[in-house]
Amino acid sequence: MKRPGSHAAPRAASPSGSRVFLRAVLRLWLVPVALVLWEAGTRAAANPYFPPPTTIVVRMRDMWLTGPASRLWLSDSALENFPPSLGRLFAGWAIAGVIGILLGVMLGRSVVLARFVDPLVHFGRAIPPPMLLPLLIALMSIGTQMQLTTIVFGVVWPVLLNTVDGARYVDRQHVETARVFGFSRGQRLWRVILPSSMPKIFAGLRLSLSLALILMVISELVGSTNGIGFQLRAAERAFDPPGLWGALVVLGLLGYALNLAFFTVERRVLSWHRAAKQTT
Amino acid sequence: MTGRALAGNKVLCGALGIAGLLLVMEAAGRAGLVDPAVLPLTSTILTRVAELAVDGEFLANVGATMTAWGLGLLLTVAVTVPLGLLLGSLPKLETAVRPLIEFLRPIPSVALIPLAILIFPDRLDLKIAVIFYASCWPVLINTMYGLQDVDPVAKETLRSFGFGPLAVLWRVSLPSTAPFIATGVRLAGGIALILAISAELLAGGSDGIGAYVIKAGSSPDGLEFIIAATMWAGILGVVTNSLFIGTERRLFRWHAARAGVTR
Amino acid sequence: MLEISNLTHTYGSGPSAHNALGGIDLRVAEGELVCIVGPSGCGKSTLLRSIAGLLRPTGGQVVLNGTPVAQTPDDLAVVFQDYSRSLFPWMSVADNISLPLRRKGQGKKERVRSAMEALEQVGLADAAGKYPWELSGGMQQRVSIARALAYRPSLMLMDEPFGSVDAQTREDLEDLTLRVRGHHNMTILLITHDIDESVYVGDRVVVLSKAPARVVEDLRVDLPGPRDQISTREHPDFVRLRAEVGRLVRGMRTSQASAS
Repeated sequence: MKRPGSHAAPRAASPSGSRVFLRAVLRLWLVPVALVLWEAGTRAAANPYFPPPTTIVVRMRDMWLTGPASRLWLSDSALENFPPSLGRLFAGWAIAGVIGILLGVMLGRSVVLARFVDPLVHFGRAIPPPMLLPLLIALMSIGTQMQLTTIVFGVVWPVLLNTVDGARYVDRQHVETARVFGFSRGQRLWRVILPSSMPKIFAGLRLSLSLALILMVISELVGSTNGIGFQLRAAERAFDPPGLWGALVVLGLLGYALNLAFFTVERRVLSWHRAAKQTT
Repeated sequence: MTGRALAGNKVLCGALGIAGLLLVMEAAGRAGLVDPAVLPLTSTILTRVAELAVDGEFLANVGATMTAWGLGLLLTVAVTVPLGLLLGSLPKLETAVRPLIEFLRPIPSVALIPLAILIFPDRLDLKIAVIFYASCWPVLINTMYGLQDVDPVAKETLRSFGFGPLAVLWRVSLPSTAPFIATGVRLAGGIALILAISAELLAGGSDGIGAYVIKAGSSPDGLEFIIAATMWAGILGVVTNSLFIGTERRLFRWHAARAGVTR
Repeated sequence: MLEISNLTHTYGSGPSAHNALGGIDLRVAEGELVCIVGPSGCGKSTLLRSIAGLLRPTGGQVVLNGTPVAQTPDDLAVVFQDYSRSLFPWMSVADNISLPLRRKGQGKKERVRSAMEALEQVGLADAAGKYPWELSGGMQQRVSIARALAYRPSLMLMDEPFGSVDAQTREDLEDLTLRVRGHHNMTILLITHDIDESVYVGDRVVVLSKAPARVVEDLRVDLPGPRDQISTREHPDFVRLRAEVGRLVRGMRTSQASAS
């Protein structure tokens, strides 16, 4: 593993504004084309279940954007439904994250404990989360508590399993260095094991986030009196395809925004990992 | 056996873990910590689990769910793998299509069920359609990126011997990509099961595990059967997952050996 | 200050057991720089790990400053060969060096000062805020040495520390080690496969046999100081010692090869 004397990771230069724009156009040109095709196709087919995008946008505005400018034009309906949905989503994800990381580190570092608990974990993970809904509704009746429990139970697994993986396979040299220099147990955990596991933990959190969105929707479809999922169901019952599609668009935008936000945070927090990998 | 040897035996420990949990739950129920009216005793639930194994009605429902699951998965693979191979081989096309994928993929597939209820009067069609939409993403993405991961040296070697691009695809790219496709299909399998059951729960209808659970909910001791059915769904998931992993390992021993991959 | 008596270690048990150390006796006095060489696979790493408390040997004893070594002793530091895996990539250079000092009960200001001092000694004063992967291989290894220095151990163990860098960097690092030893009068045990290096750097060269390893020869290196890459290596005593060590190691290697 000989390396030349001077070899260091370069810092990338940031591109100019017009080049960024040009690259964006080259990447995204299919999107407006697809939109136009979608509009034309739905108008031609005149199928009530596939309204044209323009109709969908109008319906969305009627549902959610009729409020005053001071509230970002959000209507009462939007304020009644968006915050509870988002709240459940984030609360469920965060709780599952904390539980998953705590348990994951314990199971990752203790091989014996893991042996006892492994089958339980694999079984729990295999239970399709929607099956919990009838069970939890019977136990807790509909409402936020039931939904949070559904989300947490369904979403904890990716975080848990990834954390176990990350905590179990910490580079041996890191562990030995910590031992040689006499790190305390707390220091070993906070300064070596957790940072080393961060890449895997983040992968688990990302999977959990998309899963949490799905579970939030399905728990609201079945057991809720407010929320985006609830509005989706209401639109179905009222035979309101544009409303249905509108809710779908909102969910798609939400999912996209969550992915983007997560990606940005991950890049910042794990910048050391990417850079270190590049130079080895 | 000494304590050390006991702790080293993986199967034994696992079994002890499961048994331990069941015992604790049973004790909690019998001691009155958990009201048996709210949450049935573990022993009752286990009895129901055994009963369902030979219950014709339940098994028929399981069959219905798995049929929809299998057909949906088959359709997904048949359509998405060629599409993925096509996109993976034409980078310009893939770059153009990628923003569309990035916009469509985050839409939670269960959210499409209400729309599908309106469009598809037939329950089986509904399930297959919804399974297709949800499962196509892992298969598509794994196929595309598996194809891009193919060792260019291997491809060039074959080209240098005079083989055309189609032959290279068939003889080098496809075998190289196969493990990735298999992983994608396994992930899709798990997702497909979730969607099948969700569709049954939401759309009603007469067959499937989800429908069984809804019906059980209306009877007095239905909760026991609901929990038992949930346990069976979990067992089903574990079994299908293990089958997938086992087949993958058998078929792709060379891949695991080279990449040192364990999962 | 370091006494190793009849150190033995066997990996595994039964027919597939591998006897790595077959009874090592060694004494190191304070301030000495002892180099350990031997044919590859002879158990040098096992020896180092036993001394560092990373491994519990199956027989024999290691006594450091009068205390038998059970776990990793407090006054010992190790410089590993693979610096990229030994330095923590998520911490800056300064943090990498100052973190072990918490063990010594130093306050924050003191730790920073010790870290900067150590960095200056290895010539990397302006790398404090950088991350390990931003530095070249030689610089990373210097950070590793700085970390061991700042810890102020009574014994510094170096496990083939210059094996992963190019020849010129290796020479610089050898000279750095000599400087550091001279400045702090530190006791150093350096394991290497490079025979030239062992004679250039060491006060003593200990040659190990192939596994199960024993001490074959313990040579005193009486070269005139201060040592210099060009003149010392030309010195007739250097050439003689180097040839002798080479013969001993090669003798081991050839007998090893003919036996397999």
